[in-house]
Order: sequence, then C-alpha cells, then structure tokens
Amino acid sequence: MGTSLRHDDGSLASLPPADGIVATTMLRRAPRLPYALARHPLVHLAAALVALASLLPLGFVVATTWEVGWETVRELVFRPRVGELLVNTVLLEATSVPIAIVVAVALAWLTERTDLPFARLWSWLAVAPLAVPAFVHSYAWISLAPGMRGLWSATFVSVIAYFPFLYLPVAATLRRLDPAIEDAAASLGLGPWRVFFRAILPQLRIAICGGSLLIGLHLLSEYGLYVMIRFDTFATAIVDQFQSAYNSPAANMLGGVLIACCLLLIGLEALLRGGERYARVGAGSARPAARRALGQWRLPALILPVVMAALTLGVPLWTLARWIVLGGTAIWPAEVLVTLLQTMALALAGGALATLAAAPMAWLSVRVPGRIQRVLEACHYYVGSLPGVVVALALVSLTVQYFLPLYQTYATLLVAYVLLFLPRAMVGLHASIAQAPVELERAAQALGRTPAQAVRQVTLRLAAPGVAASLALVALGITNELTATLMLAPNGVETLSTRFWSLTSEIDYVAAAPYAVMMVALSLPLTLLLHAQSTRVAGQ
Amino acid sequence: MTLLTIDGLGKSYGQVTALDDVSLRVEAGRRTAVVGPSGSGKTTLLRLIAGFEAPDRGRIEFDGVLMADGPAHVPAHRRGIGIVAQDGALFPHLSVAENIGFGIPRGTPDRERQIAELLDMVELDRPMLERRPHQLSGGQQQRVALARALGRKPRLILLDEPFSALDTGLRENMRKAVARVLQAAGITTILVTHDQTEALSFADQVAVLRGGRLVQAGTPRALYLQPRDRETALFLGDAVLLPALARDGHADCALGSVPIRPDRQGRVELMLRPEQIRLVHEETDGAGIGRVIDVEFGGAVCTVTVALEGTSLPLLTIKTSSLAPPGPGDRVRLDIDGSAHVLDAAEAA
Repeated sequence: MGTSLRHDDGSLASLPPADGIVATTMLRRAPRLPYALARHPLVHLAAALVALASLLPLGFVVATTWEVGWETVRELVFRPRVGELLVNTVLLEATSVPIAIVVAVALAWLTERTDLPFARLWSWLAVAPLAVPAFVHSYAWISLAPGMRGLWSATFVSVIAYFPFLYLPVAATLRRLDPAIEDAAASLGLGPWRVFFRAILPQLRIAICGGSLLIGLHLLSEYGLYVMIRFDTFATAIVDQFQSAYNSPAANMLGGVLIACCLLLIGLEALLRGGERYARVGAGSARPAARRALGQWRLPALILPVVMAALTLGVPLWTLARWIVLGGTAIWPAEVLVTLLQTMALALAGGALATLAAAPMAWLSVRVPGRIQRVLEACHYYVGSLPGVVVALALVSLTVQYFLPLYQTYATLLVAYVLLFLPRAMVGLHASIAQAPVELERAAQALGRTPAQAVRQVTLRLAAPGVAASLALVALGITNELTATLMLAPNGVETLSTRFWSLTSEIDYVAAAPYAVMMVALSLPLTLLLHAQSTRVAGQ
Repeated sequence: MTLLTIDGLGKSYGQVTALDDVSLRVEAGRRTAVVGPSGSGKTTLLRLIAGFEAPDRGRIEFDGVLMADGPAHVPAHRRGIGIVAQDGALFPHLSVAENIGFGIPRGTPDRERQIAELLDMVELDRPMLERRPHQLSGGQQQRVALARALGRKPRLILLDEPFSALDTGLRENMRKAVARVLQAAGITTILVTHDQTEALSFADQVAVLRGGRLVQAGTPRALYLQPRDRETALFLGDAVLLPALARDGHADCALGSVPIRPDRQGRVELMLRPEQIRLVHEETDGAGIGRVIDVEFGGAVCTVTVALEGTSLPLLTIKTSSLAPPGPGDRVRLDIDGSAHVLDAAEAA
C-alpha cells in the first residue's frame, strides 16, 4: 500500500475515546439482541452486506487455497522465495518498529514533558511527515543518495515515514498522564530515571502497542517505498507476479501468506496490549503536569528534534524544491491539471461511497451496541488493515472469473477504495453520531416532529461535521493510494500517485515533482487537523 | 520533639504569590491540619514539604535535617516523606499488591508478608491484593494509597485532601479509619483540606492559610473559640458578630453586658458562636430582646432568624434545639453562655 496516511484513523482509534462518547455508549449497553434486530431490520441488513463485502479478500484467499488443493499450496508456499520474503519482512519489522518506538517515545517525552525550547513547534513538526506519502519519502532519499539499497535503507526510510504513527498516541498519552502518579513514585523513593521506567513507561504500553501495530501493518502493505530502494517484500513480490500474469496462483498464495502476517500482527498486538485499563483512576480533575527542567541538557536535547525534522521534512522538501526549480515551467503541462481533477473526482466519489457504506454500522454501534453488532463492526475494521495489494488481487480475480465486464472499471476501483478506507469513514461517523444522543431525537419528537423530521433536523445536523471529516479522510487516502489504483484503474485513468509513480519508474524525477508537491499540499491540512484533534482528545 | 520546622517559606508562580512567609512547627506524633479556601496556597505548602517543588525563600527542616533552604532542596525521593494524594494516585498498570510493594525494594526479606500486613493495617481483605486499581471503590483506593505510603515506614505522612472525593458518609468513616491507623503506627501527619469540620475533628493542631499567608495556628478548640479575625471566625463556622464597648472584663453590646477577657478596652468587635446563644420566651422590653422573623426546621436543629429590637443590627441566625422552638412573631430574650471573644482590633469594623 502506497499511502502514508492510510491508518491515521487507527492511530486515533488507539487512543481512548473522549469521556462523553464512552459514557453514551455505556448507557445504552446491551439491549436485547433479537429486539434490536427486529426494530431496525433494514439497517442491520445494510451493515451485514457491507460486512460481507469486507470479508471478500479473506474469503477469496481461503477459496483459492481450497480450489488449488494442498499439493499446489505446498509447492507455492514452501519454497525458498517465500522464505526469503518472510526473512526480509521479519527483519524489516524487527528493526523498524523498535527504532521507531525509541525515537517516538524520546521525542514525545521531550516535547510534552520537558522545558525543551519551542516544544510546540517540534510537536507539530513531528506529525507533519505524515503529509508526505511514504513513496515520496523514498523518492526524496533516492534522489539524494542514489545508492540506497537493502534492509538498512528500508529500515531508515520506514522509520522516517512512519514514526509519527507512534509519536501521536504516545504524546497524547503523556500529555494526559496524571502527574500525581509521578509524585507518588518520587515520594516512594524513586529517582527521576526510575520514575520514568517504572511509573511512566508502563502506562504508555497501550499507545506503544497501538502505534507499533499501525506501523507494522504499513510495513507489510507498503509497495512504492520498497520498490524504489530495491528491497523485496510480499507486497512488491505480489505486484511483480501480478504484472507478469494476473490471476496467477503464485500471486494469490503470496497474498494468503501476507494476510496471515497481518492477522499475526493483530493477534500479537492484542496479546501484548492485554485487557487492562490504564486510564486515570479516581475522581477529581488532574493537575496539569509540570514540565521537567532539562537544565544543562536543554540545548543538547534539541539535537533529536532538529535532526528528525531535517530527516523527515527537510530532505523531502529540499529535494522537491530542487526538482521544481530545475524543471521550471516545463514540468507543469496541462496534463497535471487533468490528473488533479481526475484524482479529486475519484477521491470525492470514493469518499462519499465509503461514508455511505459505513453509515449503517456506525449508527448501529452507537445506538444499539450488542454482540452481533460488535462482530459486524469488527469486519468493518479488519478490512482496513489489509494491504491494498491483497484487496486489489481479490477484486481482480473475482471480476475476471465471474464479472468480466466489471474488470478494470470505475466500479471495481471504487469498491476497492470503499473496502480499504472503511475504518476511516467509521471513525468520523461514529464520533459524531455519538454526539447526537437518542434523547435529542426524542425531545424533537416530543416537540411535534415526526421521526423522520427528528432524524433530519437533529441527528443529521449534529452528525454533519463527522460526515465531512469521514469524507475528507477517505478522499485523502484515495489521493495518496498507489497499489490498488495501479492494479485496478481503468486504462488511461491516472491519479496523482499513479502518475507520479510511472514518471519515477521512468527515472524522470523532475517531471514527477509537481505530483508529489500536490499530494503533500493536499495532505498537509488534514495532517495538521489530526495533530489538533489528538491534542483535543487529551483535553487541551 | 519538633519533627518538622518550616521557617519563612515563600513561593511564587510568575506574578502570583502562592505562599508568603509561612512558618509552622509540627511536633512528632501529632496530627496537623492545614485548612484554607481553595487558592490559599495549602497544596503548594504540601508540595514544598514533600519535595516536589523547591521554595523561593525560607527553610524546611525535617527530623533535624535541612531539606530546603531557598531554591536549594533535597528532591522528593530522598526525603522519606509519604503522601496520599486526593484520588490515591495508584499506578493503574499495577495490581494492589504491586502498588503497595512499590516502595519496598525487591528482594527485601518478608516482602510478601509486609505487603499483606500493610493491607491488614488499612483494614482491607487479602483477596483484594490481586485486584487492579480500577476495580476498587474510591474509599478502597484511598486505603491502598495509604498502605503504599506506609510501606516505606515514613516518619511523616502528608494527606492531600484524601477524603474530598468520597461520599459524605464514607468520608467520615475514612477519616476515622485513617486517624486510627496513623495513631497506631505513631506517624506524624499533615492533612491538607478545605473542609473546616474535617480539619477541626481530625487534628491536634490546625493551621489556617489565607491568600498564601498563615493566619493562625493552634488547637482546634482555640481556633474555633478564639479566632484572630473576622474571616477566620466565619471560615471555621457560623458566628454572630456584634460591635461593643469594652471595659474592665465586660463588653456592652446589643445583647446586654457580656463577659470578655479583661485586657481590652474601648470599641471592639465581639464574636459569639451561635450555640452560645439560648433563646428564652420573654414578653418584656429591654436589652437583648428580639422578635423571631423566621423558623426553619432542620431535623435535630432549627435555624431561627431574629431581629434585635431597638437596633439597626443585621438579622441574627441562631441554631436551637428543635424540641420547643419559638414561632415566628414571638418575642425572645437572647441569653449568652460563657464569655464572648474579642476579635483583633485591626480587623474590627
């Protein structure tokens, strides 16, 4: 998957939701299921259909495995090539994730809990790299150092492109930690370092687990980044296979292994996170945390944020600026505008469809939460963690085998977008529907509105900002999406990312620059919004 | 023996002076309550004693050792002073047993037994050890926090409004339980609270803070009956304030002649606690006669509002037994038990 922002919804979802939302959900916990089903049959049906569709990729892998038989599976899966890819993947995860954790925790600690000069500025700059798609990061680095190859280069660029996914939740948690806990640890005889390791770090566990999972999944699904620095992963291998012969059992089996890796990561995270509640215990309001004085370390501590900002923002911006200046006006043909419009049209259509598809489930999970509803909701969320390459593969095979007229049409492409970005659409909708409690609807009815009028005049009105947020999040994801678009787009249809990709594949780095600039420019406002939102979740 | 000596302590946050020249002595084994309205600087005082922050001016001496002298100070983890925060501040990632054992170094012989004994001490059941903080009620969290602080065997424990988050009934229970535990362990205690009833009933010594200054310190009884000024008098309970003319151990006021301490002369302001005033049916005229304006039934006590006749004084509110209260419109005589207290001249109207 070639989008750096794809899972930002997840990173927010890994933060505990705001208190009010929890409270409203709790109030309506567990009505009797058959009753809930009977009262809203159409909404349940719609949600079930979407959930069923989101099971397509997994079902496809299971079905093909079944179809080709155990012998072929063994032949295709247990071979040196797969072993190689597996080793690469494990090494990539094992190097990138720990380094990202150390960098993110150190940076979050400095910006949130110390008197680091310009802490607010560094905090914004730590999140801003999310506005640069991962494959643009590697484009920038390969322009700067054309010799970058292999595992350590892959690790380096991965950390740079993805560490904000850890920084965001860790910083938000640090901001919200009750300082009384640190005082308590100090009064029990612990020095500053031991306070950090015994009282603060353990409380960051959920944030670190959530952020790491997000990064882990991105490493599995990223395609463009690794192609540029010639590092083979399952995603790159699948696309290679696909380009030589689509609907090949070899590609499908690789897809199966990739899905298994994803599920493994999700399971691992659930295991490490545990079922614990780390929220603040007790009533009363927390005192705002005091920042620790760094003393003589105040200036040396600046090295980390400065270096990170230079690596994550300085290099891409400088490279882009250099290509743009070098290219002059020649690299801005009318085609750029056409691609931009085409991308925006696709992005808005996909955003609207995904929001529409997510609406029934979002409504159900707020208004009538229960066991069946939770299972349906899990389907909505799991599909977003699948690599774009697997979703595309499943859709290609399905259309080629059963609905050939749909192959390489807008319809298939939009379905892929809906599946990939369903969780993003859910997050915004869920939050805003939760802000329109059913009591308000009832109040409107008691004041003489019909049920339909009440929904329209109260619930929809209150949910509107969430709908807009969902739409924008999905649209941004589509703008930066690479792999699925490459595999599914109708002939001649190009988005900013695929156009950028084909130009860089021809080593025309200069002509590719305007597309990268436009992707960054479109992503920037949303990234900043994300930062602001995580600050607000923390109540500041 | 004096365990804690605070001398001329001052602390400012930017333009705001949180503490100004506060001096206080705390005797070993005693319970002191620091009481004041919110914003009076009492939490700042506590944080300075605990060592979470350094004072700008002044000294803190604990157990004969200098802890802070201006900005130079011993950090909290080297002081050995226990603290129980407002909501317990239990570590949410640790079980009750791990919380209590947090300050007891690993590998200490009998660590498990110590933890269990601490749990017994705060009157919690053993099965509680495996629970997580969020599975406990507010009162239980407070008890665990107390056990955790006791685990370090501190000579001084600071209680930072530990009862204010609890329900009224539970609050009184907890207050008594905590007092019992600390008394048994012989640990000196400083309680910070904004609740004057809590301060008066918990402590041997009460210190009143206002606007960052220590207004008065003394036994609860002395503070209640002989507050230095009008604000302190009203902060610690209901009071009837009357202008009077003092001479030779008596003061003439609207209620007649009242005994006072003999060292004051001239125009003074008297303070009486409402429970010192008894209402007696009386149909004659004269000094100390009033008309009942309103009677509010309140269970054990009735609140009676009385207008004194022949004066322009504000209405008096007096609490009286509800067994035989007067009715509105009745004329009553106001008798005074004991002597009146004369407030400081500087504050008198």
